[in-house]
Amino acid sequence: MGFIIDATLIAFLALIAISALRRKRLFGMVMLSGAFSLVAATLFLVLDAVDVAFTEAAVGAGISTVLALATLSLVPAEEKPHSIAIVPAFLALTTGLLLSIAVSDLPEFGAADAPIHNHVAPEFIIGSEEKIGVPNVVTSVLASYRGYDTLGETVVVFTAAIAVLLIIGGWTRRETETAESTEDDHAG
Amino acid sequence: MQDDPVIRVIAKVLIPTMMLFALYVQFHGDYGPGGGFQAGVIFAAAFILNATVFGLNRGRHVWPARLNLLGVALGVLIFGGTGVATMVLGENFLSYNALSDDPIAGQHLGILLVEFGVGLTVAAVMVALFFAFAGRVSHVRLLNKTRAHEKTLAEKAKGAAND
Repeated sequence: MGFIIDATLIAFLALIAISALRRKRLFGMVMLSGAFSLVAATLFLVLDAVDVAFTEAAVGAGISTVLALATLSLVPAEEKPHSIAIVPAFLALTTGLLLSIAVSDLPEFGAADAPIHNHVAPEFIIGSEEKIGVPNVVTSVLASYRGYDTLGETVVVFTAAIAVLLIIGGWTRRETETAESTEDDHAG
Repeated sequence: MQDDPVIRVIAKVLIPTMMLFALYVQFHGDYGPGGGFQAGVIFAAAFILNATVFGLNRGRHVWPARLNLLGVALGVLIFGGTGVATMVLGENFLSYNALSDDPIAGQHLGILLVEFGVGLTVAAVMVALFFAFAGRVSHVRLLNKTRAHEKTLAEKAKGAAND
């Protein structure tokens, strides 16, 4: 049963991705990328990664789609026609092939003796209860054990926002007001 | 969209629910799925919905642009400040044990503060980005309108000169 659900979801993902690639109109592409994120969130949920699924649904399917839609009103409605770039296509296909080959070397999904479950993970799972007292291990790792990383992530978000605001101007209000008053002057 | 009563009514019901849910995700992150990142995004989504349904100007009125920059910076400051506070109290940077006599209570307080900082920054960033993009649209439209208006004025003036 689990296999059927996984396979269906992955088939959906592939279908949505191919469909988005073949589309000409950008609006359809944006909506499909939102749908892709939603299906990916479901897949994470099936894999028991609830926090990741939550983030994917809120950020990927929600806010990213809205921001992409807001961008759409600034750009033409259709993609520019272009031919297939051979070198990037070759690079992408080769990397994909190599990765698929490498997957066979991975330990079985959920195997208890996999290296990832025997390094620091047991300490986090036991210590989270004893030393931090937080039932959600993801939160205790994110905010306490790996506090530096989360601080770094927050600073990345901060920097990205400052950069975007500097480029496309979060301070258009004054300019808009000047433009409005010029228009009023003309009208008057 | 502003004239559609169905959308307006649904938005009015949804917006407070979304904000409440965001607060739940924010402060219940220790016990269930969620945390600052998700809560910040959901909180921002409520404001974005408000701005989409009731218009950009009303949205800006509810959440002024100055508040954005303040929130973006304040969130990072709260996160970093918690780390500095633990250093002042004689522990390592971001070792929350120092925040209280009981190490577990200290951890709880530290996680709460840090998650709040993350949530604040993420929410403010998302709203700021949306307003920046959406504001740009009206800005571009206004510029085009002004240019077209100037053009017609110039043509009129030309016509008057020819007469």
